Amino acid sequence: MIDLLTTTNIFLFMLASWLVGALGSLIFCKNDSLAKKWGSSFAILGSIAGIICSYLVLVQNSVFSFYIYSSFPLLSFSFFIDKLSAFFIFIISLIALFSSIYSFGYVKHFYKKYNIGYLGFFYNIFLAGMVMVASAHNLLFFLIVWEIMSLSSYFLVIFENKEKENIKAGSLYFIMTHIGTAFIIVSFLLLYKGTGSMDFSIIKNNIGMISPFIRNIIFILSIIGFGTKAGIIPLHIWLPSAHPAAPSHVSSLMSGVMIKTGIYMIIRIFIGIMPIPPVWWGVVIIILGSISSLFGVLYALTEHDIKKLLAYHSIENIGIILIGLGSSMVFWSLNIMPLAILGLIASLFHTLNHAVFKSLLFLGAGSVVSETGTRNMEEYGGLIKYMPQTALFFLVGSMAISALPPFNGFFSEWMTFQSLFAGIGALSVSARWAFVFGAGSLVFTGGLAVMCFVKVFGSIFLARPRSEKIKEAKESSLSLHIGMGCLAFLTLFIGFFASKISNIISGVVKNLGSFSFSEMPFSASNFSIRMSDGFSSLSMPLILISLVLVFLVSYIIFSIITRNNKVKTGTTWDCGTTLTSRMEITATGFSRSIISIFSGILKPTKQIDVKYQDENIKYFQKSKTVELGVRNIYQIYFYRPIKIFFIRISDKVKKVQGGNINAYILYIFLMLLLVLFISIM
Amino acid sequence: MFKFLKKLILTQKTVIDFQKSECDEEILEVGKKIKEKIRKMFSGSLAIRAVDTGSSNACEQELTALSNCYYDVERFGIHFVASPRHADMLMVTGPVSRNMKEALIKTYEATPDPKIVVAVGNDAIDGGIFKGSYAVLDGVHNVIPVDFQIPGDPPSPKKILCHLLQILEIYDFKNKNLK
Amino acid sequence: MSSIILTIQLIITPVVSPLFIGIVRKIKARLQNREGSSIFQPYKDLSKLFKKDEVVSKDASWIFKFSPYVIFSISLIIGASIPIFTNIFVNNLLSDLLVVIYLITLGTFFLVLSGIDIGGPFGGLGSSREMTLASLTEGGLLFSFMSLAFLSHSTNLFNISKNIYSQSIFSFTPIVLAFLAFIIAMLSETSRFPFDNPSTHLELTMIHEAMILEYSGKRLALMEWASANKFFIFLSLGANLFFPWGMYFSLGVASLLISFLLCFLKILTLAAFVAILESSIAKFRFFRLPDLLFTSFILSVIAISLIV
Repeated sequence: MIDLLTTTNIFLFMLASWLVGALGSLIFCKNDSLAKKWGSSFAILGSIAGIICSYLVLVQNSVFSFYIYSSFPLLSFSFFIDKLSAFFIFIISLIALFSSIYSFGYVKHFYKKYNIGYLGFFYNIFLAGMVMVASAHNLLFFLIVWEIMSLSSYFLVIFENKEKENIKAGSLYFIMTHIGTAFIIVSFLLLYKGTGSMDFSIIKNNIGMISPFIRNIIFILSIIGFGTKAGIIPLHIWLPSAHPAAPSHVSSLMSGVMIKTGIYMIIRIFIGIMPIPPVWWGVVIIILGSISSLFGVLYALTEHDIKKLLAYHSIENIGIILIGLGSSMVFWSLNIMPLAILGLIASLFHTLNHAVFKSLLFLGAGSVVSETGTRNMEEYGGLIKYMPQTALFFLVGSMAISALPPFNGFFSEWMTFQSLFAGIGALSVSARWAFVFGAGSLVFTGGLAVMCFVKVFGSIFLARPRSEKIKEAKESSLSLHIGMGCLAFLTLFIGFFASKISNIISGVVKNLGSFSFSEMPFSASNFSIRMSDGFSSLSMPLILISLVLVFLVSYIIFSIITRNNKVKTGTTWDCGTTLTSRMEITATGFSRSIISIFSGILKPTKQIDVKYQDENIKYFQKSKTVELGVRNIYQIYFYRPIKIFFIRISDKVKKVQGGNINAYILYIFLMLLLVLFISIM
Repeated sequence: MFKFLKKLILTQKTVIDFQKSECDEEILEVGKKIKEKIRKMFSGSLAIRAVDTGSSNACEQELTALSNCYYDVERFGIHFVASPRHADMLMVTGPVSRNMKEALIKTYEATPDPKIVVAVGNDAIDGGIFKGSYAVLDGVHNVIPVDFQIPGDPPSPKKILCHLLQILEIYDFKNKNLK
Repeated sequence: MSSIILTIQLIITPVVSPLFIGIVRKIKARLQNREGSSIFQPYKDLSKLFKKDEVVSKDASWIFKFSPYVIFSISLIIGASIPIFTNIFVNNLLSDLLVVIYLITLGTFFLVLSGIDIGGPFGGLGSSREMTLASLTEGGLLFSFMSLAFLSHSTNLFNISKNIYSQSIFSFTPIVLAFLAFIIAMLSETSRFPFDNPSTHLELTMIHEAMILEYSGKRLALMEWASANKFFIFLSLGANLFFPWGMYFSLGVASLLISFLLCFLKILTLAAFVAILESSIAKFRFFRLPDLLFTSFILSVIAISLIV
């Protein structure tokens, strides 16, 4: 009983501290420094409370709920924190903690230019909104907090409102998120109509009252609705514009955590509430996930704006999470429960891992962008000498997202592969090919992601500076280091203790009701993890220890053998010419080969603009500009036809409202006749 | 494909047998006395980087001929490399034109110690047929320190091979007593 | 006894791998009607390089300076985790096929970064080409191993070689298809024909060599040695996973020596095949190579469809 009260109190304290932080920074908006300190400190306080609360629920099993009812629907709160919600609240609070620590130093760049009070206000409301989304238990309350989260993130996206493209990005984000919300509302209305209640538990009990046909419609509508928030292709077009526009610590939250709330609701509705799904639901999710991951990483390769590239990588990782989720649903519908648990654990683990390394990468990108003043990777270079610690943290993040051992990304991709392999081995013919497709796209995604991050790290930090302003970059301040360093350490930590953490996540999955009574697909000790049927086994600590040991031993042995040799410093070998920074590889040049190989999917474009010495004769060229790009096929083939269709219909309907009063009186008269007619019948 | 492989296997051996006793000329050693320490280093394996500083390409043709199936310099452990960082020996040809002076110095500095510099051909030794021209610097020794010289315009591959083996002998302290 | 075998397994890869590079070079030289260097020439090259000084560019960062050690240690670890001449380490937790493939990718990651690091004109080009090919090779490599894994119901490499040993004749076709896919992936990963010419001097044709152009002295020796290790690792994977006859499970000294000899002969055959292939065909144009890699991927998918 004491435990229960304490957990609820900590939860309420967390929300309250964010609320106080929001209001306070708005009140103190005249004083930049005080607003920043107030807003960030209360954000940190709330995050710590969130971590403690979710830890208590996850490890000590104290599930709790909290209701306030009132006659005004807008004032009734309904929270229910089971282990799934607690897991997502943990992820949100963890990333919020480090982003808020980072913002202590980072927000200084916005002093005198923008209103820090508004930043603090919307930031804290955003955090509160995300946590409430992850814990809401009532359809209407969920929609309210979903809207709070979307609106506050919209204001954060357009925070730097002096740049025109940020406003455009904000509008696109606003429209897309509300289209998604519209689909969510329709599916929620179908749920409400079918089961007669708005409360999640009651819906779950009465779900049998909804016919399978309506359930399929709810599935399609929810996938579109939550997929817009999560960033599934082709609903992703807002992601690459909105995430770069926001300030970096907000981008890290949006990319690392906010899109996961879409995943959370997909899990909640389809695995928590719905009964056993038909097989095609899981297959569709696997196919959507495979396409998102492959296309996401291919588009990332074409980008040379660093934050846009990271946004495309979020799309790729959402695809990987969906592959795990889809395989879990397929196994569940075929009643192979241990493998269903495996798929869901892989999906949730990758959610955690992606949140950690993606926010690390965004924070690193933020420090680089704020020190150099440009987001264009072609102007960077050689920053490892000016910003060595940031380079180290960014390298750790790059290795984690490329799924390289011994970091955490490798373990969740290994687990996703295991669930796919199990599916290929255990399933019948038709569903099996979806798994083969998923495995194929996952392996190519992994390879292309390594290539993309070699390009990113190489263009930003290695070689020599490509423009003059880079040479004035300085190392970032302490709070930025603490934020990034803790996240980098966390990737290694999670990688090392991966088996133990997968045990905790299996507890989360088993709490979901449908999966409570099945056996585990693997046995995980502190040191290693083994599949139950003996198919695979893995030991993450062993990889790290052996790598470090062999490296040290070989370094010592070879240093001793060659201790008499001297090392001279010279210039880079340049075949005898003078070396300039134009001789290095550029980000565009690095990925041009792979873009040509995949030109069918990416449709690269090339625009050449020539200026002549004499415009009449056009013989000697003065200058030539080549612009390499990628055609935006989603706008051309998907959204523009829809837009044109709707405009055409609107034009036709517009004729009804002609402005002629006599016509309006006729309409009223006709409607009156119709209503009388119906009421008589 | 199989006809091709059959032809490869059945062709007679054409590699010239090369004994060190066939060499009749004495080696021209112009550099400082080679230290004891590095005598044994290059006996088993030598990496050569050829630098062309504006030559008439006659010496290059002869250097290329060293790797063919008649002279086959690779059987002595000598091979040509692309980067001066990998090289132990720089074989410089040509009379060092003005434009190549900077490049030659950079190549010399890019080669790690210990290294040997050999001037191949009369052009590289003192300017050869280009001596006295305004466009050349009259020999490699005016730009970088030279250890050995191989005279000839151009020296035949047999002569180059002969001198190379004698250079290796200077570095092969062990076999010197057996000669 | 098992600790002795563990030690042997750890040091056999770096000790034996230069020998196979020498054998390949000798066979190629003989096919060119030359006499060629002796098969122990790579050892002499390595020992000379360890005695030489180094020149390091002033643009280099710690990545350039530490990559050779990292790549060399990774090749040692992989060499210790794969079945080379014996099958007895079934419980080796590092022998999972995904771990081996991703460790290879880790090595490639650092190699490519060190190519970009010095900011020369050739390193970046080599890195771009290497990453383009490596990202596409992983598919064929993983799927060819996966087809074997489905045949033997395990992803542990030692288990795979043990179970392939006792397969029926009906699984011959998928094993051969998977082997063809593996050969293509192996040629790509070890930078052999038709993907890359390991003895070229023209920077425009280099892929692997371009990234190590800046190294000298002991770091160059470590990079060349790691590349030889990788070649040996792929040869022994090809010989022992797909054709595991001759590997002994017992621990007697005589049976170990016989299995050692048989495995050596198998790896020698595979090395001779690579050498003859290099002497007969030309290097492909760069943009024809992805077609070859996708072919390897499709061959493995066909092999999987025949098995499950």
